[in-house]
Amino acid sequence: MFSYTLRRLFGAIPTLFVILTIAFFMIRLAPGGPFDRDHPLPAEVKANIEKTYHLDEPLVMQYGRYLGGILQGDFGPSFKYRDYSVNDLIYQGFPYSLSLGLAGILIAGVVGISSGVFAALRQNSSTDFMVMGLAMTGITIPNFVVAPVLILFFAVTLRWLPAGGTVGGWTSYILPVISLALPPTAYIARLTRGSMIEVLRSNFVRTARAKGMPERVVLLRHALKAGLMPVVSYLGPAIAGIITGSVVIEQIFGIPGIGRYFVQGALNRDYLLVMGIVVFYGSLIIVLNLLVDLVYGFLDPRVRYD
Amino acid sequence: MTDSASLATPDNRIAGRSLRADAMRRLLRNRAAVTSAIVLVLVTMACVAGPMFLPWALDDVDYTSFTTAPDFAAGHYFGTEANGRDLLVRTLYGGRISLLVGLVASLVSLIIGVSYGATAGYFGGGVDNIMMRVVDILYSLPFMFFVILLMVFFGRSITLMFVGIGAVEWLDMARIVRGQTLSLKRKEFIEAAEACGVSSAAIIFRHIVPNTLSPVIVYATLTVPRVIILESFLSFIGLGVQEPMTSWGVLVSEGAANMQNAPWMLWFPASFLAITLFCLNFLGDGLRDAFDPKDR
Amino acid sequence: MRLKHGLLLSAAIFAAWAAGAANAETILNRGNAAEPSSLDVQLVSGIPEGNIQQDLYEGLMAYGPDGKAIPGVAASWTVSTDGLDYTFKLRDDAKWSDGSPVTSDDFAFAWRRIVTPKTAADYAYFLDAVKNAEDIRNGKADPATLGVETPDPKTFVVHLRAPAPYFVGMLVHQSTFPIDKALFEKAGDGYSKPNLLISNGAYTLAEAIPQDHITLKKNPYFHDAANVKIDTVRYFPTEDLDSELKRYLAGELDLTYDIASQQIPTMLKDHPKETHIAPYFGTYFYAINLTHEPWKSNVDLRHALSLAIDRDVIVKDITKGQQIPTFTFVPPGTSNFPAWQPDEARMTQAEREAKARELIAKAGYGPDKPLSVEFIYNTNEAHKKVAIAVAAMWKQKLGINTTLKNEEWGTFQADRNNKTFKDVARHGWIGDFDDAANFLDLERGNVGANSTSGYDNPAFDKLMAEATTETDLAKRGVIQQNAEKIMIADQPIIPLYTYTNKHMISPAVHGWIDNLPGFNLTRWLTKD
Repeated sequence: MFSYTLRRLFGAIPTLFVILTIAFFMIRLAPGGPFDRDHPLPAEVKANIEKTYHLDEPLVMQYGRYLGGILQGDFGPSFKYRDYSVNDLIYQGFPYSLSLGLAGILIAGVVGISSGVFAALRQNSSTDFMVMGLAMTGITIPNFVVAPVLILFFAVTLRWLPAGGTVGGWTSYILPVISLALPPTAYIARLTRGSMIEVLRSNFVRTARAKGMPERVVLLRHALKAGLMPVVSYLGPAIAGIITGSVVIEQIFGIPGIGRYFVQGALNRDYLLVMGIVVFYGSLIIVLNLLVDLVYGFLDPRVRYD
Repeated sequence: MTDSASLATPDNRIAGRSLRADAMRRLLRNRAAVTSAIVLVLVTMACVAGPMFLPWALDDVDYTSFTTAPDFAAGHYFGTEANGRDLLVRTLYGGRISLLVGLVASLVSLIIGVSYGATAGYFGGGVDNIMMRVVDILYSLPFMFFVILLMVFFGRSITLMFVGIGAVEWLDMARIVRGQTLSLKRKEFIEAAEACGVSSAAIIFRHIVPNTLSPVIVYATLTVPRVIILESFLSFIGLGVQEPMTSWGVLVSEGAANMQNAPWMLWFPASFLAITLFCLNFLGDGLRDAFDPKDR
Repeated sequence: MRLKHGLLLSAAIFAAWAAGAANAETILNRGNAAEPSSLDVQLVSGIPEGNIQQDLYEGLMAYGPDGKAIPGVAASWTVSTDGLDYTFKLRDDAKWSDGSPVTSDDFAFAWRRIVTPKTAADYAYFLDAVKNAEDIRNGKADPATLGVETPDPKTFVVHLRAPAPYFVGMLVHQSTFPIDKALFEKAGDGYSKPNLLISNGAYTLAEAIPQDHITLKKNPYFHDAANVKIDTVRYFPTEDLDSELKRYLAGELDLTYDIASQQIPTMLKDHPKETHIAPYFGTYFYAINLTHEPWKSNVDLRHALSLAIDRDVIVKDITKGQQIPTFTFVPPGTSNFPAWQPDEARMTQAEREAKARELIAKAGYGPDKPLSVEFIYNTNEAHKKVAIAVAAMWKQKLGINTTLKNEEWGTFQADRNNKTFKDVARHGWIGDFDDAANFLDLERGNVGANSTSGYDNPAFDKLMAEATTETDLAKRGVIQQNAEKIMIADQPIIPLYTYTNKHMISPAVHGWIDNLPGFNLTRWLTKD
């Protein structure tokens, strides 16, 4: 398994290289540039700024320069936030996105899996319908509606929690985490319920029960392990998506994570910032996908790493 | 009566035992699913035909009422939005776009994702490795980036949105189906089919795909609402449908900004959206139960 | 006994608490729209950046409490009779936040740095009025040749390339602020980092967390420090207007940067005293692409588009921010510029529409040959609403089929600057300093990307050139007005309204005076 992990990680290098190359050339094709201002700069001033950032060089040379930087772990400067390098911005923003995301996925996992199992055990009962009804609410209401409603109620009307920013310390995270966790909680609950129902009907669970194992053991050791496989499949990309931050949540709550750089960078044509986020995001997903496959092996010993 | 009579003839009994007919029978017994299907049909019909019966066009401005609450006397049953346009007619038009995007993009993702995932999972080894590496690459290309560039190069169009969203969403589906296939292919019935010399394509599409249907359908019913919400996110950052056309996502995000001063702008489109998504979910559940091959 | 003891104790605690409250530092929390693109005063060009820099630095001139320019570091100045040489005497008590004096060398150093191509400043062109500045920024001359002199540490002499009567008014802008030469020589381009930056304004930079907040602390060495009442000011990037308002209503912000149009009626009703709306030094307008037909040679068509827009409906029902309908480009209140409006401003809307129909028929369009217009605007709720309303008016009044095209920022900028938009583009312009040329210069024939419409009229250009050399301010204003009359008659742009500044201001904050430039320095404010 160790050699499998190593092989996958080394195998990821060409993947990253391809991602990086596609992204680098694609974004340059978009109209406009990073120094187009609302008050347009005189041509000479703009040319001069572009020269400072080597944007006047042929694209291939810029690409070479960028690759050289990446090899030394340098993502280059941000064009929009000129005081910071892309490394700075990711380094400063990622902890916020990470803590927000981890809290979100933890809540989504715990609440989602337990309510999914709960509903599966009482399939078609009123409890089942209630739990699934709630889960569906999580899916059917966009988070750009949930978040302002939560702020309006808990921050503006009741004044229990901060309405935004991070100045309020950990309390600042409560509403964003709930808003962020709601959709994945709902997905996980539904996925868990669906696969648990199937697993509970399967032969090995029947066999386990027939052998007289206690229900708790059947459930936790056998059924849950198998029932979580689709959830694990979902979690890989979901964690990556959540950790890099939901653009909407970070914007509405004013959380200084890296999610926003993603969209802002593309809209501002902040080429290197977008590239940095793409590469960072790409590496994160590659690692998480590997983890998912490893967990898969743990849940289902029949999966072989070949 | 005629049903049972025809079922009694031997020929038809074979047809009756086919997976699809069996599933339909089970689906029709599921009250929640049937109700949902009916509601979905009604909503779709209202969106398609409704605007014809309303006095307002999509972009008609009523200069006497900007942002006014529902007013039956004036003929604005859902009220008007900030530009003085009738909200009911806009909600119905918005439904057309949202439903179309949701269904077409999900279908695209389902077809590509299932065949791709099952193929990769079944063949395993090098093929799997290469196919999943391609998925990884596409996955690691941020969605936003991908769609922004599409829209920027080719201008905005609904077709592009289908392609953009569908092309991203199939990745999830492929991973799930591949995961299922990985464990399925060690099962006895697959080994038996292999031993009997059944072709790979037949094994994938006759044996593996039907057995992955249950998570796939559950996931597909989760994809439709996700696509609809993704569409709203795109419209939200300005890459969605162009005015005066609209979608539920656009209306809901406009409503969210107006929830304090004009709550009807949120509640009407949001209810349509929520009801539709609820029904899609119930229908998905019904389909899952109906198609589950192990429940025979 | 015990009770008495308890009472005493609680009284003591209360006294301590009350004393603590009295001594507690006053913190002002300001919504500031966006993360500044830099804290280097010479690199930035936006308004959020300007707000921060105005608190950190003081230029030769400064914004007073009412937004009018008052002497800042300059104690006095004299102008030569030909209007070319300005001699500024710096105040003796002007100090950097490390206690060292602000000298004329700091100004000369800063001005040379901003025009140096290597600095790559957005506003490198801001000092173009100074002798040799343009050549330097274009790499044709050495920065040392810039037309500034420092005969002694407290005297700063500026030589202009041509008379610019508005020059002193420009000196409130952050691009003319000094930087601490000694610090820069030590720290280089990274001089503007928190806890390193040395500034000469009412505040110093304490903390900067990207996308979260920027904290400024009172500068004890500021010459007017005794009258600066707010100890700490925090600037928050508030991109989402609805979230900003909620943070204000939850008591987390004392001032908002803006108010979304849909919230204005509610705020005026529920919080009338806190809702501040005042005219702003900017014009919202639509640009017509004159580089091709049918627009290029058809002034009637352009007039018709303008006349059919009911500006009163736009400001009353759509933007709702008490914006002022206008038919001219230069905003009312511009110094030394006699405000005027063309004839159509005095017509009723019905008369305007009748005339519009007449003009469009004359141009050869009608029900059998409807005009199609493609309209671009950048992604933004407010722009979208106005665009929808205007498109509906054109359709209803003139039978024009308008295609609305919402473009994301980068694409929109490229289309607008390169004149690759098809027919009409959304536009808006906020003046950098108080002079009509700020606006009218955009319509000159040789301004490249800055040109709104590709307008090129030699008669207009001639008057504008004449205005630059006129030193009599009143005469100059009249020339500028005549130029604008020519331009408006040609209608390369369709002015809609004069912007307003919209803020929510906490009842605890005092000293806020609404003003045209829209700068309210924290040093003029107090908080309970």
